[in-house]
Amino acid sequence: MAAAESYPDDLKYHREHDWARVEGDEAVCGITWFAQDALGELVHFEAPEPGSTVSKDAPYGEVESVKAVSDVVSPVSGEVVEVNQAVVDAPETVNDDPYGTGWLIRVRLSDPSELDALLDVAAYTQVLADQ
Amino acid sequence: MSQTLLKTPLHDRHVALGARMVPFAGWEMPVQYVGVIPEHRAVRAGAGAFDVSHMGEIDVEGPRAHELLQGLLSNDLGRLEPGQAQYTLLTNERGGIVDDLIAYRLERHHYLLVVNASNRDADFRWIKEREIAGSEVRDVSDEYALVAVQGPDALAKLGLGPAASFTFSTETIDGVECMVNRTGYTGEEGCEILAMAEDAGTLWDGILARGVVPCGLGARDTLRLEASLPLHGNDIGPGTDAISAGLGWTCALATKEFTGSAALARIKEQGPERKLVSFVMEEKAIPRQGMPIEGGGEVTSGTHSPMLDVGIGMGYVPAAAALAGTKLTVDVRGKQRAARVVKRPIYKREG
Repeated sequence: MAAAESYPDDLKYHREHDWARVEGDEAVCGITWFAQDALGELVHFEAPEPGSTVSKDAPYGEVESVKAVSDVVSPVSGEVVEVNQAVVDAPETVNDDPYGTGWLIRVRLSDPSELDALLDVAAYTQVLADQ
Repeated sequence: MSQTLLKTPLHDRHVALGARMVPFAGWEMPVQYVGVIPEHRAVRAGAGAFDVSHMGEIDVEGPRAHELLQGLLSNDLGRLEPGQAQYTLLTNERGGIVDDLIAYRLERHHYLLVVNASNRDADFRWIKEREIAGSEVRDVSDEYALVAVQGPDALAKLGLGPAASFTFSTETIDGVECMVNRTGYTGEEGCEILAMAEDAGTLWDGILARGVVPCGLGARDTLRLEASLPLHGNDIGPGTDAISAGLGWTCALATKEFTGSAALARIKEQGPERKLVSFVMEEKAIPRQGMPIEGGGEVTSGTHSPMLDVGIGMGYVPAAAALAGTKLTVDVRGKQRAARVVKRPIYKREG
């Protein structure tokens, strides 16, 4: 079942409704509760290839519901070291647990200083409130 | 410039049910209540109710009503007795499809046309401009509400017995007198219920109290696409003709003349250059309207099939590529994805 609305305070957020969880020199990335709710139940994740490069603020993949398709924007730059196959196989995992089992990619950061430009939870929820 | 959206008589109930409301053809309509996929499955497995009161109703009455409509609509109304209905097309001189609609023969000299919401005004003007002495054409859309109840349990939940499809009768459901039409847009059993607008709330509440699941336009679209039913504005339109769209069966070319019938007869004789086909993806990808199909085709509707769990769609392809089993390649935002033409409908419940 769909998760309840939440925005964990240990994540960094991008205003295009993406999040990053920093783990050493890597970051796990996904889409926020708001993004999955706006799309509805996900039925497809067009994932990047492991080993490919993602750039901050640029789309690296697509998520689709029955009604809509949306780019997924990367909050960080670096090399994709892992794609969440569980989401490729069962995209609705993102709706069930957007910050946990519904993560999308793991990235080895090429420029950790970029993290400073991301939003904390207070700033991101303000973005949502302003919409 | 802001345009005020129209609201059906059930608007407040949709909002109270927590529906996500969206603009559609000038109306504010529920796209989903809980989710497109659960609502879709409810219709395939049980019964779902759709508010389709945004659709238009045009009343045509008079001793020459039949003659007027026979000249404008593609199907042969001469085959209808009062109490029977028919899927038919309003055609232009080139054989293009102004609208697809259902014509109900209420009485010998009295028809009701149920038309697409987005075409209501155009259809009314089209028919009104061609009105002849002895026929009176009225847009009565605002007088009626229309609720579709669809699914294998739909009739049982409403306490209705079986009846032939495309027939209708006057019934009383939960105290509301209504016209029950054995028609639908999901590929399932069920009916579409026409009631007076002021009775809509009572009817809707009664239907939901019988355990029918409220469903939005999102599920209506995925259901009709699984059933390979064309959507006017996507799959058919003024620039596409009935023969190419596989709707030649709605054109009584052998028995009467109507607007565009000569053009349609020519297309039929020569064979259409393109045909509307149903297809399923053979790779993980979801086709969407406007995507090119390799070899000179185009996707006109696409989605993810909740029942088959694959991408499905409809589109025009060169006639030589229209046979079931033909391999297609769809350009999904720059990626070439394999698909296969299938027989209609794309999905049909077993049994």
